[in-house]
Amino acid sequence: MRTILFILQKEFLQIFRSKGMLPIIIALPIIQLILLAYAANYEIKNITVDMVDQDHSEWSRRLTHQIFASGYFRLNAVKENIGSAMEDVRSDQADLIVVIPPHFERNLIGNNNEKIQVLINAINGMKAGIASGYIQSILQNFNGNIRMERLHQPAIYPPSPPGIDVTNVYWYNPHLDYKQFMVPGILVVLVTMIGIFLSGINIVREKEIGTMEQLNVTPIKKIHFIIGKLLPFWIIAMAELAFGLIFSWWVFHLSFAGSVGLIFFFAGIYLLVMLGLGLLISSRTETQQQALFITWFFFVVFLLLSGLFTPIESMPLWAQRITLFDPVAWFIKVIRMVLIKGSGWNDIKPYFLIILVFAVVVNISAALAYRKRG
Amino acid sequence: MENKIVQPVITAESLTKKFGHFTATDAITFQVKKGEIFGFLGANGAGKTTAIRMLCGLLMPTSGNASVAGFDVFTQTEEIKKNIGYMSQKFSLYEDLTVKENIRFYGGIYGLSNSGLKEKTEILLSKLKLKNEARHLVKSLPLGWKQKLAFSVALIHEPAIVFLDEPTGGVDPITRRQFWEMIYEAAYCGTTVFVTTHYMDEAEYCDRVSIMVSGKIAVMGTPDALKKGFSVKTMNEVFLKLAR
Repeated sequence: MRTILFILQKEFLQIFRSKGMLPIIIALPIIQLILLAYAANYEIKNITVDMVDQDHSEWSRRLTHQIFASGYFRLNAVKENIGSAMEDVRSDQADLIVVIPPHFERNLIGNNNEKIQVLINAINGMKAGIASGYIQSILQNFNGNIRMERLHQPAIYPPSPPGIDVTNVYWYNPHLDYKQFMVPGILVVLVTMIGIFLSGINIVREKEIGTMEQLNVTPIKKIHFIIGKLLPFWIIAMAELAFGLIFSWWVFHLSFAGSVGLIFFFAGIYLLVMLGLGLLISSRTETQQQALFITWFFFVVFLLLSGLFTPIESMPLWAQRITLFDPVAWFIKVIRMVLIKGSGWNDIKPYFLIILVFAVVVNISAALAYRKRG
Repeated sequence: MENKIVQPVITAESLTKKFGHFTATDAITFQVKKGEIFGFLGANGAGKTTAIRMLCGLLMPTSGNASVAGFDVFTQTEEIKKNIGYMSQKFSLYEDLTVKENIRFYGGIYGLSNSGLKEKTEILLSKLKLKNEARHLVKSLPLGWKQKLAFSVALIHEPAIVFLDEPTGGVDPITRRQFWEMIYEAAYCGTTVFVTTHYMDEAEYCDRVSIMVSGKIAVMGTPDALKKGFSVKTMNEVFLKLAR
């Protein structure tokens, strides 16, 4: 036990003495939280639109007005024909063309039916999908308005058939604030980085400077060494999580629907997985460069499959199966459940058991891989 | 020094290490007595470091037998580690820790008590004349001082044997001289010193030397006996004759 204390003391002295460390611990999370929370924005605004209004009627102007009043669209130009609007799409000045055909108003009122054409640049598929969704909901709204007005004139026009109105109520995140969704995930990324990168690099560094060999000729016990090496980063990562949560609460007004204690409890076990991985990588590599490269590989795969940027549900089935082995995905799921939905212990218990199994497997492999003798 | 206690503290019999098809250390056999300064010489790549690493429990031997301080190198490496000090050619202290912190850390992991640590630190600092530098980072010390400090730290738990792998590489002649005075002092106090070096003047300071050539021990004996055997005046000439 005393040995561990000596290692801990030495590690903390070195960590806080190194010039690069404090900025990493303080500045990195702030930058990451702010940058990612604002940049990883799924709310699409400022979709540029070319209007081709070939009708120039009152109703066409009302439709145009309604589209731009939504706030999602920005008028790029009003064109006389589709050809010149297509030029704008090719040169990327317009994302979308709305074509209101001639006799729009006449057909709408006379035939009770009219089509308008919407052309969307779908190079960015997600943006195109969202734009199309917005346009559709605006058109629906527009239809509703027409119906309302026409009901006052039942004599001439037959009433519209009754329809079912869908009203959406968004639970847990009523204002669809994407930050409430992104920030918890970014906190997980942050904790993961500290866990997997710093621990592994730290051990390989000792190999590089030659002190590892010196430690290996001492009667230091393997378990003491491992605990002494990993515990400092466990503590730092937990402190980082606390710091990140406070910062997010303060800046992003992050919701705390569930128990913060539960988050820390889960994070504590989750970190064992990451630290163990770092240790495993360090015991298989000789230089910091090698260790960084391999760690980076794992980190990127974990991150891309984590469901932070693309929902796991929209991945192909085989990729969804792989995400079952992604600890980052589990933690992101849990932290979102607890913070946004207010899930309790019983809800996250299965995930906790999964992560516990990961921790045990990874750390046993790491302990077996680390040898004092070559 | 020849008439010291005869009991061997290191014995090696046909100790061999192979890396694939390459035999780094080829069936070496020798004994080192308690309190002896044993010079382990050889050109670069002759297999010295491999041999030392096997004796220190850092490397698993391929075949043969060896015991260090009465413990087997195959099965009792952790016992061996309690009884040896080790200083490698790679600098082994933490440059980003102070002199005092390094002493505390190594003393601590060797299991010294708090009072023992305090006492040892005082003794070391005054012996090395580093009292004023106790709170300086090791990084800021000249190389020779670092090496002397590393040697003292390797002895902090008063081991029976100390292994020195090219301890004076890159050090100026005056500091080398002081370093050897420290080695003599340790040997006088009963510590067995197992040292490798490339400086043949240092070989003259040893009680006994062995010279390795391509993984084998080519000759072994006192410096005087070896010089006489080759009818030359210096160890340098002995070395050159063998290495050719």
